[in-house]
Amino acid sequence: MATISAAERLQAIPARRARKRAGWLAIGVACLGGAAALGLFVGPVHLAPVEVFKKLISVLPFVRDTSHLSAQQEAILLQLRLPRVVLAGLVGATLSFSGAAYQGAFRNPLADPYLLGAAAGAGLGATIAIVYTHAGTSSNLMPVAAFAGALVAVSLAYALGRAGRGQRTATSLVLAGIAVMSFFTALQTYMQQRKSDTLREVYGWILGRLTTAGWHDVLLILPYVTVGAAVILAHRRLLDVLTLGDEEADALGVNTRRVRLIVVIAASLSTAAAVAVSGLIGFVGIIVPHIIRLIAGTSYRVILPLCITFGAAFLILADLLGRTMLAPAELPIGVVTAFFGAPFFAIVLRNSRKML
Amino acid sequence: MKRISATLVLLALLAAGCSTKTTGGTILKQSSGAFPVTISAANGSVTIASKPAHIVSLSPTATEMLFAIGAGSQVTAVDDQSNYPAQAPKTKLSGFQPNVEAIATYHPDLVVASDDVAHLVSSLTKISIPVLLEPAAKTIDDSYAQITQLGQATGHTSEASTLVTSMKTRIQTIVASAPKFTAPPTYYHELDNTFFSATSHTFIGSVYALLGLKNIADPADKKASGYPQLSAEYIIKADPQIIFLADTKCCGQSLAAVKKRPGWNQLSAVKAGRVIPLDDDVVSRWGPRIVDFLQLVENALKDLKQAA
Repeated sequence: MATISAAERLQAIPARRARKRAGWLAIGVACLGGAAALGLFVGPVHLAPVEVFKKLISVLPFVRDTSHLSAQQEAILLQLRLPRVVLAGLVGATLSFSGAAYQGAFRNPLADPYLLGAAAGAGLGATIAIVYTHAGTSSNLMPVAAFAGALVAVSLAYALGRAGRGQRTATSLVLAGIAVMSFFTALQTYMQQRKSDTLREVYGWILGRLTTAGWHDVLLILPYVTVGAAVILAHRRLLDVLTLGDEEADALGVNTRRVRLIVVIAASLSTAAAVAVSGLIGFVGIIVPHIIRLIAGTSYRVILPLCITFGAAFLILADLLGRTMLAPAELPIGVVTAFFGAPFFAIVLRNSRKML
Repeated sequence: MKRISATLVLLALLAAGCSTKTTGGTILKQSSGAFPVTISAANGSVTIASKPAHIVSLSPTATEMLFAIGAGSQVTAVDDQSNYPAQAPKTKLSGFQPNVEAIATYHPDLVVASDDVAHLVSSLTKISIPVLLEPAAKTIDDSYAQITQLGQATGHTSEASTLVTSMKTRIQTIVASAPKFTAPPTYYHELDNTFFSATSHTFIGSVYALLGLKNIADPADKKASGYPQLSAEYIIKADPQIIFLADTKCCGQSLAAVKKRPGWNQLSAVKAGRVIPLDDDVVSRWGPRIVDFLQLVENALKDLKQAA
């Protein structure tokens, strides 16, 4: 009798885990829904929640529009608030799952989406676009240039990471990333100083901007972010194997180098796209994955899907704070996330030995 | 200490304001002025031994003022941002990152700057080069005081007072002929394409206030920085009657660009085409050209009155 129940119990463990995972995912989706609703109902301009709700469901097919919003209010809701919430969600999700992916690929709890120089590269790209193009075209060119810059930086870091004796270890990659980051930041600062009249625009971009978000931004990043998320999610089991260490993983028949390459490319591509439209929003990529590790466990099968929902919810809420705290003035979103992120970062640092 | 120096600055400005009035009334003094002169500038009292012949200006506004009072021929070098007037001897010197050695190579007998960045004043004083600090003006009276001060420092007192008088007269004329409204027209002054704006507490805001306009950025300024970043939602809700773009050069903005922004075609200013492009430089400085800007604002008001 005892043996039977033990066998039953053994069988029950994966089922219970799956239930627990589904439970967390449900909570994550609920959080995201709540954050999105709050983001849509609350803003510097008061719109009656009932009317907002009516308007939003009228976008669905076969639902009649019974809302009483003026043309102006409708524009505020559908052309400003909605794309901003969607973009904040996409960027938050991207930074979070990319952060988690980097942390897994490099087995380093302090890795963030900007680790391999994506931020510095994007910053350099954006600065070049601002400094060297005609003022009118630079705002259209900026996301493209930032995206290109981020990819160049990450590729460079990846190429350099192997340079030494041909071996590309996680540590040598991180160090190469730091070298690339410093170099690109220096180049960017140099250009900025040479053309100090563009300082304001560059600075505004660095602080992060969802202020001017529109549907074109959403469309711009959607393909990269979707593909990146799909690729990383497909590798969630292999990321779990990587946590055992390269030798163990190799012994289990996992091509660690290949997994790391694919995951890093997917995360970098998504990060580059997010950075291109939103500027540098710090700490999301660190705090969200770590909060999830603390509350829901360390398996990437749990962390990655939750990163998408909680990351999106977190940035939507952070952006809500950014646009309402000083309303009708804006608080740069980078300030909001760093304000909550920096203290948390310190706590993670304190506990990082335990978490490794 | 800070308060004391602030008081000194205030006294200096007051004194300068008074002397403007007296010299404006009696144009007796010769243009050459009497040297040595001692000037109470923002950086304390500065003595200039003889009429300067090699002036270095690190402030675009000061450059404009110096040329406007006829001291242009005494100017040897101006900083990389001083792009007006065209004949100003532009160099690679920077007012943001001043390099004292680079400044010294021009052998200046007077340096004018707007900001004391990186101990600029004390470094130049150490090598016995007199420096006048003419910081960003808060009001037009500050501008008048600075013009007067630069006149004294360069030996162009009467030209300076003539300039101040003519600016005052032109402004009076514009204000007098400006159309009157029962409710003050609202406006939005855009500093860049992420919606940074300037409130009524800033220099530029005080110029708009001369014509009785109402600034939509005022409620946004809880931090009292004077330069809040507005949210797009708020701008659309506030629906300003006139939009002034002070980001045509920096960020290539125009009526066409504004029309393309999400939701902005709802604005009555955009519908009516009352989106006025400004020269970024003119409205970010506090020089003599501010009167031309005031004229532009008045034209926009006349247009608004006609449409009403």
